Amino acid sequence: MALTVLLAPLVVALLLLVVRPGRRAEVLSVVSSLVVLGGGIALAIATVHGRVVHELGGVIRVDALSAVMVIVIGTVASLATSAMGRTLPVASDAATRRRAREYGVLVQVFVAAMLGAVLVANLGVVWVMVEATTIATTFLVGHERSRRAIEASWKYAVLCSVGIALAFLGLVLLYFASAHAGAGPRAATLDWTGLRALAPHLDPKVTRLAVGLIVLGFGTKVGLAPLQSWLPDAHSQAPAPVSALMSGVLLTVALYAILRVRTIADAALGVGFLRTLLVVLGLASLVVAAVMVIVQRDLKRLLAYSSIEHMGLVALATAAGTPLAIAAALLHVMGHGLVKSVLFLGAGEVHHAESTTTIANIRSLLRRRAALGGVLAAGLVALAGLPPFSLFASEIAMFRAEVGAGLGWAAGLALALLVVVSAGLLRAGRQMLLGPGEPAADPAPHRAIAPLVGALVVCAALGLVAWPLATLLHAAAGVLS
Amino acid sequence: MTGVAGAVIDLAAVAVLVVGIAGLWRRDLRALVGLLRIQGVALALVAAATAATQHDVGLGVTAVLVVAVKAGVVPTLLGRVARSDPGARESAPLINVPSSLVLAAALVGLAVIVGAPLHALEPGRAAALAPLGLATVLAGYLLLVTRRRALSQVVGLLVIDNGVALMTFLLTAGVPLIVELGGSLDVLLVVVVLRALLGTMRSRLGNVALDELRELHD
Repeated sequence: MALTVLLAPLVVALLLLVVRPGRRAEVLSVVSSLVVLGGGIALAIATVHGRVVHELGGVIRVDALSAVMVIVIGTVASLATSAMGRTLPVASDAATRRRAREYGVLVQVFVAAMLGAVLVANLGVVWVMVEATTIATTFLVGHERSRRAIEASWKYAVLCSVGIALAFLGLVLLYFASAHAGAGPRAATLDWTGLRALAPHLDPKVTRLAVGLIVLGFGTKVGLAPLQSWLPDAHSQAPAPVSALMSGVLLTVALYAILRVRTIADAALGVGFLRTLLVVLGLASLVVAAVMVIVQRDLKRLLAYSSIEHMGLVALATAAGTPLAIAAALLHVMGHGLVKSVLFLGAGEVHHAESTTTIANIRSLLRRRAALGGVLAAGLVALAGLPPFSLFASEIAMFRAEVGAGLGWAAGLALALLVVVSAGLLRAGRQMLLGPGEPAADPAPHRAIAPLVGALVVCAALGLVAWPLATLLHAAAGVLS
Repeated sequence: MTGVAGAVIDLAAVAVLVVGIAGLWRRDLRALVGLLRIQGVALALVAAATAATQHDVGLGVTAVLVVAVKAGVVPTLLGRVARSDPGARESAPLINVPSSLVLAAALVGLAVIVGAPLHALEPGRAAALAPLGLATVLAGYLLLVTRRRALSQVVGLLVIDNGVALMTFLLTAGVPLIVELGGSLDVLLVVVVLRALLGTMRSRLGNVALDELRELHD
């Protein structure tokens, strides 16, 4: 099953090399995403009671946490691919056809690389897959070929590759420490289960250096401050579906690596070291997001800084590290994935209709484009952490878990910063949505709006009834304790 | 690890760092790419000599891979870019050459301090050389942040990567082969992608230094 999930986007990528860009190619992309989503649900059913699925001679290892990540990837990919046709110009000549094809293929490769990262057993291979996402998305970020898009994609590729090189150095040191953990050099491993077993015997000094480097390296890709400078540029310049994938799920795939490393670090070093590091990075991210959201003038950059905020919140919950905190963090990852995709795709529709994403130039959307305006309004309310959406529930649960873990002061600070960010989001929403106006002649078609409404309904439902997800999230959190 | 192989490892490991620091000194872009090729050869020698002393077939394969990718394909790809722009020089590094060499010396000292626990854990000769790898990584970072030409930044990135690779060979006789293969493929693809991006930059924007690209800000 896991192998099918991994192969689906790769097979479709090959097909897209020969299928003429257009309606049929779009359908293929959506089918691939739905296969991933369905496979994720099947894997969740298989692993929810603690079973671990091994495939491909142990290279693939799936537990409940991997299954949760596959579901998030499948969900966001389904939303993003369903909107791909809206952002591409009609393939009229050979050059636009070539670029449309490149776009479709790279999105599938990107999705496959994210799936690889959450499905493999070896932390070194996780690293290879995360770096592969950078490679696949560099051209996607620069897809517009404008001066700004080229600048953003250069910055993205160089900064993320440099950051992630740190993580590789950290992994090498961890491998070195595992060779000296008393079980002989043959026991040296990068399989995270093997490392977890050896963890109590790892040399603390070397492990501390290793874990610090790994967290900073993957943290660059998560967009944690002060390593976030590439993120607003890349997320604002990429086409809307790519932004949705990057903000909605790529950031959390990198965070997944940190979650796995945390169990090793805590067993080797005690909880203090990584907790301090993650609290510092998490709070720094919240401060950066709060300041930048208030002064922001562009809708897509606003959404990008909000992603930094939400990753900061999840980092704080990871720092707390109790099963309750991790379960809440995973619910937050799901809710954020849904809402952020909706908003980036909505921003794409705004750009399509109004030819701008400057907040000051967008007015009275609720009157002029009721459906799109309504989606944006609901999305911003959800993103601000207000009920009935699941982000409200997960934020409350994360804060409570942090207080329980003795991080009450950090939770208090985070809450204050969260209020600032939410106020900034709602202020931008008021500017864009309210005001008098006449209905526009060219509203977005139902097939563009319907998936977004569906995603918001799911997000609200997750906030109101935890079933059937609660068991899965607790199983996933249990994997890490 | 005695005799010839040990001496080869010592010399080649030192060469990796020296070449990395020389990158801070040269401003000619073609010379920079040439240095990268030498560094790749030195790195492969470390891998090959380690493979020989430990009778490690996987590491032998890795050594061949390193020669092919880091001393062959990658410098050739970048050399083509450098040649297409003859006489290209790093216009004005953010820190001048003498200062960056002094900084590099400080970074080597830092690497020795940070690398101390590694040697404490394994008192062998190879782990004693590990600070050379760390220092190469730091020299690569310095190159990356002080240069303004896109090509110099790519070279900085690759020097960092070579430093990390030197650490793997010295400390653990390489990482598992699947990780090594994946990692090499990633490096190759990153260079291909960045080179293509350089091409797009040139055709769209002309020969710009990166700090002229300053449109994205808040």
